Amino acid sequence: MEGLIALAVKAVFVENLALSFFLGMCTFIAVSKKIGTAIGLGISVMIVQAITVPANNLLLTYLLKPGALAWAGFPDVDLTFLGLISYIGVIAAIVQILEMFLDKYMPALYNALGIFLPLITVNCAILGGSLFMVERDYNFAEATTYGVSSGFGWALAITAMAGVREKLKYSDVPDGLQGLGITFITAGLMAMAFMSFSGVKL
Amino acid sequence: MAQKHRELLVDPLVDNNPITFQVLGICSALAVTSSLQVAFVMALAVTSVTAFSSMFISMLRNQIPSSIRIIVQMVIIASLVILVDQVLKAFAFEISKTLSVFVGLIITNCIVMGRAEAFAMKNPPIASFIDGIGNGLGYGFILMLVGVIRELFGSGSLFGITILKTVNNGGWYVPNGLLLLPPSAFFVIGLLIWAFRTWKTAQVEEREFKIQTVEAH
Repeated sequence: MEGLIALAVKAVFVENLALSFFLGMCTFIAVSKKIGTAIGLGISVMIVQAITVPANNLLLTYLLKPGALAWAGFPDVDLTFLGLISYIGVIAAIVQILEMFLDKYMPALYNALGIFLPLITVNCAILGGSLFMVERDYNFAEATTYGVSSGFGWALAITAMAGVREKLKYSDVPDGLQGLGITFITAGLMAMAFMSFSGVKL
Repeated sequence: MAQKHRELLVDPLVDNNPITFQVLGICSALAVTSSLQVAFVMALAVTSVTAFSSMFISMLRNQIPSSIRIIVQMVIIASLVILVDQVLKAFAFEISKTLSVFVGLIITNCIVMGRAEAFAMKNPPIASFIDGIGNGLGYGFILMLVGVIRELFGSGSLFGITILKTVNNGGWYVPNGLLLLPPSAFFVIGLLIWAFRTWKTAQVEEREFKIQTVEAH
C-alpha cells in the first residue's frame, strides 16, 4: 500500500507527464487559454488515462507478453512487437466507447467534454502513460494507481498553466514573443518549479 | 509541376514550420534534444514515418470512408512506427534505449496525423510524399537547432565530440548545466520562436488586449 502511495505522489509531482516528460504538449499549449476549458480537458484526460492504462496492462499480461498465451495453448508465442498498434487500438476504442456512453447516459457531461474527447486519442500523454507502464513493468494495481495519478498530474499542470495565461494576456509582451513564444517560456518556468519536487525522497 | 514540388519541400522549413508556426509535434521536440545524436535519429525517424504514411494514406484516400478515417490513418501510422522501432532496436540499440517511449510516441505526433488529415487526404501520392518529407525536415531542422544549442553549451560537445573543452577535463569552458535539464528546452524553443517571428513578421500573433498609451499632461 505504501508503495502505491509513493508511486502516486511521484507520478503527480516528480514525474509529471506534462512538465517533466513533455507529453501532451500540443493540447497543453493549444487548450490552456481559459481555466474552464482547461479543467474540462484535464478531467477527460484523467478519466481516459485511468481506464486505458489498466486495460493495456491486462492486454499485455494476458495476450502480448512472452508466454502470455499459454492459456490458449501457445506457450512460446511472443507478441510484444504488436504492442504499439494494440495500445493505440485500445485507446481509440475506449475513447469512442466513452464518447457514446456519455452521449447516452450523461448528456450534460458529454456536452461539457464533447469537443475534447476525440482530441484525446492523439494526446501523447495517454499513449505515453501506457508505454511507461510497459517500460517500468507495473503490475495491475500499480498500473491503476499510475493511470489515475499521472492523469491527475497532467490535469493539475494544464489548469495551473491556464491560470497563468489568463493573467498573462494583460501584460506587455514583445511582439514576436506574443502568444506561442511566451507560453513556452512560462511552461519552462513552471517545469523548473516542478523540478524542485525531484528532491523529495519517498 | 517541379516548381510546385519544390515549394512543398521548402515551404515547411521556415515559412510554414510545423513546430514554430503550426504548433505541431512539440512533445518529442522538447524531450529528445539534449544530445545531437539522439535528435538526429529522431528527426530521421519522424521524417520517414511522415513521408511514407502520407504516401500510403494518399494512395488509399479514395477508398477510405470518412467516418472511420482516423482509425485507418492510425493503423497505417502505427504499422510504420513499429517498423521504425524494430529497425532501431536491431541496428541502434543504445539510441533506441535513450529514446525509450518517444519512438512509440511518433504515432501520436501531431505532425504525422496533421499532414495526413490536412494534405494527404486531398492530394496525389507523390505530392503527399514530398510534403511529408518537407514537414519532417522542418521538424528535424528545429530539432537539430535546439540539439546544437543544448549540447554545445550544455556539455561542450557536438555529436559526442568535444568542441569546447570543459573545466572538469582540464579545459576552460564552464558548461551551463541548465541546458541539460528538461526546462531549458522550453526556453530555447520559446526564444527560437521569438527570433523566427522577428524575422518573418507575418507569423506574429494578434494581441488580445492593447496597452493604451497615456499622454503626458
